[in-house]
Amino acid sequence: MTARIHPAWWLLAALLSIYPILANDFFTLQIGAYSLILGTIALSLTILAGYGGMVSLAQLTAAGLAAYVLPIFGTNSQGVLGIGWSHWLTIPMALLVGASFSALVGLIAVRTSGIYTIMITLAVAVSVFFFTRQNYELFNGFTGYAGIEAPKPFGYDLRAPLPFYYLCLIVAAGFGLATLYAARTPFGLSLQAVRDNPRRMAALGFSVAGIRVLAFFLAGFVAAAGGILLVFFNGRISPGTIGVDVAIDILVIAVVGGLRHPIGPFIGALAFVLLETFAIDLIARERFNSLIGTAFLLIVLFSPDGLLGLWNKIRPKIGPKISRPSLGLAGPQTGKTPQFDAAETQPISSREDTG
Amino acid sequence: MKTRTLLFSTSLAAVLSAASASAEDLKMGAIAVLEGAFAVLGEDSMRGVELALQEFGYTAGGMQIELIAGSTDASPDSAVRAARKIVEQDGAPIVIGPLSGSEGLAIRDYAKTQPNTTFLNGASAAQDTTLRETADNFFRFSTEGAQWMAGLGEYVYNQKGYRSVAVLAEDYSFPYTQVFGFLEPFCRLGGKAPQDARFFVPIGNKDYSSVIASLPDDVDAIYVALGGADAVNFLTQYEQAGGELPLIGGSITMDQTVLGSKGRARRFVIGTPSAGPISDTWEDPRWAEFVAAYRAAFPDGFPSPSLFAHAYYVNTKAALLALDAVNGDLSDGGARYREVLANLSFETPTGMVSLDERGNAIADIFLTEVIEGPGGNLLNKTLGVTPQVSQTLGLSYDEFLQYGPVSRENPACE
Repeated sequence: MTARIHPAWWLLAALLSIYPILANDFFTLQIGAYSLILGTIALSLTILAGYGGMVSLAQLTAAGLAAYVLPIFGTNSQGVLGIGWSHWLTIPMALLVGASFSALVGLIAVRTSGIYTIMITLAVAVSVFFFTRQNYELFNGFTGYAGIEAPKPFGYDLRAPLPFYYLCLIVAAGFGLATLYAARTPFGLSLQAVRDNPRRMAALGFSVAGIRVLAFFLAGFVAAAGGILLVFFNGRISPGTIGVDVAIDILVIAVVGGLRHPIGPFIGALAFVLLETFAIDLIARERFNSLIGTAFLLIVLFSPDGLLGLWNKIRPKIGPKISRPSLGLAGPQTGKTPQFDAAETQPISSREDTG
Repeated sequence: MKTRTLLFSTSLAAVLSAASASAEDLKMGAIAVLEGAFAVLGEDSMRGVELALQEFGYTAGGMQIELIAGSTDASPDSAVRAARKIVEQDGAPIVIGPLSGSEGLAIRDYAKTQPNTTFLNGASAAQDTTLRETADNFFRFSTEGAQWMAGLGEYVYNQKGYRSVAVLAEDYSFPYTQVFGFLEPFCRLGGKAPQDARFFVPIGNKDYSSVIASLPDDVDAIYVALGGADAVNFLTQYEQAGGELPLIGGSITMDQTVLGSKGRARRFVIGTPSAGPISDTWEDPRWAEFVAAYRAAFPDGFPSPSLFAHAYYVNTKAALLALDAVNGDLSDGGARYREVLANLSFETPTGMVSLDERGNAIADIFLTEVIEGPGGNLLNKTLGVTPQVSQTLGLSYDEFLQYGPVSRENPACE
């Protein structure tokens, strides 16, 4: 098994592990951990869009609802609700809430495809956003909740820069690897087959709706984990956290990173966070959003597959000669599962089925 | 790919931290809303910061000041993100900001985790920021929303003869503070503001037809505490719907950011009483000098500085004056600097300002009325000045806490 893993992956793993030693607290947390969190939430979208052909804008909403579970059933400093249950109870609950919500969205959107899926999930995201903003009994309206603390097992603060970075890294890497693994299981293969030709899959006796809803459930689980990390990171949650503009950011992260491999959203998140943080230092403060927009526009213009695709394009020219044809980064599955590769190399747009 | 990017980011970190080490330079952060619905207000805020820095020639306490801007979209998350970058990455020991009420609460909480950094408010005016769970290193030389209403409740009850009002405000901490500041004296005198005649709308609300339709007939006036585009939208729609009730304005509702807009609502608001930390037409040399300096520095700014420019200006000036007082020495983590700040009192364009024991300003508040100026501009005419208004509105701290936190229902006023 280990023999087939490209050495670049070991190098990446080593670098990510020693990164906090090289970087200061700001880069460890605000850039490192924050990128991993956004990447995890965007990974949820990549699973649905890349493997399932369903672009859902409600994945951030799933993450946000999971995040809301912690202050509502755990503790917060707003004096609203806060039942005070322990993290052992609230975290599994939050994961379940996020996954179930995502599955519910999947149930609603399951018979649509392409732009209609985007419309329906966008509608869900917008209505939940406005509901959280106007509901005071449960979501505490515009203010939301503050004073949400990360667990402190045995008095060890998980929110301190180092432990929190590693927590995010473990969660992100865990879900990334799980995605790679799941893509080769019978379920993962049938999900990709449903993406490529739902009619034929239905004719073969597969439950297309069931596979899609299960994919939504699993993606929601990933999003919920990202949401929980996000609420520990910020210490607070308010409707602004799950606004439509942020949902679009998540889509941008997934697309800019590349939908073809689970590492894509993390690359996209890192690019996004670096630009968002430092663009204001590079250009007049009234114009820095134009710089961010232009950068992403150029990436998508020159590489429809995002940064990942860009790398694959320039790699043959500059990198060492490796006999892997298209997916230099895709490690384990390259060459072993031809049907997966064939599907992966198709552009997303041609995968849409009108049936 | 990730490897390369990481190498890039770590080397970027090294470069950035090396850049921050140059001597005789002091970094000062300024956080304002530069994206979204309140971006216009944020731009004017930054003009206030720059005006104060220009006045000092960008030097204070023998140090060259380098201004670092941080942008938010008015959400607490984005304010904390901007502050973290300025404090933890750029290493600025002094931060001015933020602009909006709920952002202020979040920055106050963040300030507690950064005891060696000194935070001065921008224009955020939620009450709790300096009332409950205060931070020792967060100072507010601009006053807050309830203080801004000083004199208005008494005025409309005694002079205008209003006995019952409807309330329309945005649904977050700052308008709650304004509503409390207006209603508390109004209701103490015997005025009424029924709960079912209070309307709280989300920020960025476009359609006010349902609110206008449910306004009761038996009130004497509407108290409106909306900001920026929200205020313009409501005023336009209320005028078009043939609304006839007189208005009472919140501080940012009858501000230049709204009065400077075009449209038919303009004539409609003439004569509206309001109150706030500034008055466009105050006939005082200090104010006239401030307006002249603002116009000279920013020809494309507003005809007269908004209260945001004023608030950021006052806070920045306080930061610079205190820097001069300690000769730029922040080597003790800023402890002495903060001590100077806590005891600082100085002349602003709107009179003397000093701090109470929780770091909130005591300053003069203006009672105003909208008039049409000579050039056709709408301006606020000064009706009166309430001198040296404190956050506890003249009561002791413990007595004032009896009122409870500001909210949609506070005061009950039935």
